[in-house]
Amino acid sequence: MRIRKELFADERDDDLAIVGKPVRRQDIEGHVTGRTTFFDDRLVPGLLHIRCVRSTHDHARIRAIDTREAERVPGVRRILRWADLPKKAHNILTIFNFGIDDEPALADGKVRYRGEPIVAIVAESLRAADEAVAKVRVDYDPLPAVFDVEEALKPDAPLVNEYIGRNWFRYWGDYDCQQIRFGDVEAAFRQADVIVEGRYQMSPIEHAPLETQGCIVVPGEDGRFTVYTCTQGLHFSLDNTAAQLRLDTNRLHFIGGTVGGGFGGKVDTVVEPLAVLAAMLTGRPVRYVFTRAEEMQVSSPRGAERVYITDGVTRDGRILARKIVHYHDAGAYSRLSTYGTIKSAAHHPGPYWIPNVWVDSFCVFTNRTPSSAMRGFGVTGGDFALESQMDAVARAIGMDPLELRIKNAYRDGDMKAHRKLTEGAALIECIQVAAELARWPLSEEARSASSRIGGGGDRGRVPPTPPARTRLSDRGEGERGRETSRIDAAERPSARATTPPPSWLRSEARAVEARAVEDGARRAAEGGEGRRREEQEPPEPPRPASGHGALRFSSVFGSRRR
Amino acid sequence: MPLSVRTTETLAEAAALLATERAARFLAGGTLLMRAVNEGDVSFSLLVRTRDPNFVRMRTAGGRIELGAGVTMARILAARELAFLHAPARAIGGPAVRSMATVGGNLFAEHPYGDFAAALLALDARVQLATGFGPREIPLEEFLRGRDRHPRALVSAVVFERPSDPAAFRFHKMTRTRPKGAAVLSIAAHLPLSGGRITGARVAYGAMGKTPIRARAVERALEGRPLSPEGIAPAVAVAAEGTDPPTDSLASAWYRRRVIGVVLRRLLLGEG
Amino acid sequence: MVTAVSFTLNGTAVAAVAEPAETLLSVLRHRLGDTSPKAGCLQGTCGACTVLLDGEPVLSCLLLADAAEGRRVETVRGLADGPTLHPLQEAFMDRFAAQCGFCTPGMIMAAKALLDRNPNPTREEVIEAISGNVCRCTGYLPIIEAILEAARRLAARR
Repeated sequence: MRIRKELFADERDDDLAIVGKPVRRQDIEGHVTGRTTFFDDRLVPGLLHIRCVRSTHDHARIRAIDTREAERVPGVRRILRWADLPKKAHNILTIFNFGIDDEPALADGKVRYRGEPIVAIVAESLRAADEAVAKVRVDYDPLPAVFDVEEALKPDAPLVNEYIGRNWFRYWGDYDCQQIRFGDVEAAFRQADVIVEGRYQMSPIEHAPLETQGCIVVPGEDGRFTVYTCTQGLHFSLDNTAAQLRLDTNRLHFIGGTVGGGFGGKVDTVVEPLAVLAAMLTGRPVRYVFTRAEEMQVSSPRGAERVYITDGVTRDGRILARKIVHYHDAGAYSRLSTYGTIKSAAHHPGPYWIPNVWVDSFCVFTNRTPSSAMRGFGVTGGDFALESQMDAVARAIGMDPLELRIKNAYRDGDMKAHRKLTEGAALIECIQVAAELARWPLSEEARSASSRIGGGGDRGRVPPTPPARTRLSDRGEGERGRETSRIDAAERPSARATTPPPSWLRSEARAVEARAVEDGARRAAEGGEGRRREEQEPPEPPRPASGHGALRFSSVFGSRRR
Repeated sequence: MPLSVRTTETLAEAAALLATERAARFLAGGTLLMRAVNEGDVSFSLLVRTRDPNFVRMRTAGGRIELGAGVTMARILAARELAFLHAPARAIGGPAVRSMATVGGNLFAEHPYGDFAAALLALDARVQLATGFGPREIPLEEFLRGRDRHPRALVSAVVFERPSDPAAFRFHKMTRTRPKGAAVLSIAAHLPLSGGRITGARVAYGAMGKTPIRARAVERALEGRPLSPEGIAPAVAVAAEGTDPPTDSLASAWYRRRVIGVVLRRLLLGEG
Repeated sequence: MVTAVSFTLNGTAVAAVAEPAETLLSVLRHRLGDTSPKAGCLQGTCGACTVLLDGEPVLSCLLLADAAEGRRVETVRGLADGPTLHPLQEAFMDRFAAQCGFCTPGMIMAAKALLDRNPNPTREEVIEAISGNVCRCTGYLPIIEAILEAARRLAARR
């Protein structure tokens, strides 16, 4: 590894003591000798074990739960139900006065995702608990389920979460999404030579830590409960467990700090409240650990995200306007997705100075496994979309993708869409070094660009931003999502077509067009949400790049000339 | 009811126990059954094992090979005379799984597992079953067809002819991750050549149906043809015929049907 | 109903009572207090429970404890020679081959099985040897480097 000390040398003292030198982790000797103590390495005699009866439906009312047979299984000590919960619904952010208590720790008469816990069996052995789980009879009344963010926003979509009251999270009292308004994107689209549209979709991602999540709770003589846990947020989980059980925090003693892989998946505080409750009700130490199947199916994944991006670009590679509609699939409950959605808006429009920016970022509820934190959630999905879009823009105008990024990168003094001045920008230098290492040829202009030169001035001011009726109280609760935030193409006057891409890019550009058309055709053939869009606007084959109208590259509708 | 264990001296005793106890399952290497135990499967409560030496016996001398059902993948890999079986044996799990997983167990492995069974299918293996009334022998293909109806069948051994030319036996497993991963699909083929032409081809697929299956259409299309790009073209064209691959997290049915011909062509041309 | 099982654990004769269908992993962790093998998946997929049985790597989560009767069991706890760590342990520390540490005991035992049998493995042989062990943190490269490094250090010692 080599540190480029010549870059920004005057901005820091050259006294790096650790960076660039190999160091040993402070905990690694425990790891290699097998002495590191994970929560499950506490040997506690007389443990009871928890296993949950979990929903076999994505969305259903529960007519009845029959636990009589299960109670008779030898070794079963207690069966926890919703009625046993001191607090009937909870969200882990409401301890900070944000969000809505929207999730019961055990089903409240309805299940909203497959795998949702309905009752918890507390038994002398895992085997006894498993046998009792198999003997609980749940009478379901299945309800229509919704799995797609855009479907969920339709007025006639099934309501997922009654605590939220609608399939989207209401921000700051009066907004249906997290918004950014900076400049006038519509006016800027009319100035653009090329419009590039993209649709990007990420699937949920499971953290799959080697250690599944769990805890061991030991009741003490003093009325306190010692909780050995793998949580990533020890105090956060303590506070949330206390809040859910309506306990003073000094009744709980959390011991952790050693996590067998977390990646954001061990902050939701899902196991601790039930295990402490079981210990309170039985007076016995209790262990509640997810099986691998539970870890995969019911622990929060990174949420699915769908991002639509429309860019207005000049032929020489300046992005004049960027409009983004970002859907964050929270699944059935908020967990941390309400916050992840804020993060996604905070990250747009990426590390680029774009004078006109418009972002709507929705937190949407569906009947999927509740999603939550994972390594830059909100940001990672957005970056995938943004950087894929940058490549698509580069192809559309026949420009080198790194040159395009350098040209549009934030520079010191630039005003961000969030009304913060850029300081300490270093993207240009990163790209220059990466290009050098990859032997990627850059133009003289790109090689001589600097994060410290060219920013500020006009770029440092907040542009005139037209007042928008974006509050719910201004425009009511009608349709929402991309349908209301679509660019009206008819309003856009014709702009000149782009010059053809250089020969080395041409085949790739054609491939993109072809794929976009193929995608449209496939969606039409598959039906579903794809078909819905196609009905409104059937795909057309791409036409040669001649004549009038801004060339429109789109993975949403296929490429066409306007 | 707590899980209990019975260990018998003979295969026949184990078979008798399995025949009478509905809650019994036979335990060999444990790489399938103990997974179910650990994941909370309470549909059985008795594990039956045997100490019968026949269960772990390997007879590899001569043309007829007999592998006791309790023979592990690691033992096959340690046997030089079974070199032609090393590719499918190495396709099972990592080293630790291979020191436990057995030949017999692989016949019961559910999709997408069972790559070794696919290899045995291409060898036209026969399955020896221990029953309360003495041993029985049936073709592996027949066994696999009825397998799910007989979860308590006890396989004691598999028997097959050694390929006259070890090079005539080929195996390829397609996975998402390397070197270890569950199968997108696997192909085993026995392709004896006579005067440069294939006679009596046997081709078997793993992960292309509920159980490993024979690719009969491919076998017919290979008959009498040379192993050349032109010679195998008709076989590649019918590669997906008769298959009913499941869709799972590794691959869709569509993908498996789409890609089987590609993998088959590479295997037949030795490009795998 | 309980049974007794006795074997050699890291060179010491041990005996424990166990339930009839108790796994070797459970006996090691809960009866004998050696919590170094981990319960990662209990499915034979992650390798965190890997121990050596007569020198061969096995998945202790899928093995009934009595399979170890009279045999030799090795875990990572037995690897160090007093205060002196095994070259594998040293190399794992130097090469940053562990982050959360949960896969490490199984990973090191899988590597030990390889080096005991093949003191001079190729990179491919190392990859094959740990192919049954999942690490979600490191991306494997530091682990592979550490095992190759350990092999070099062992060779230098001989």
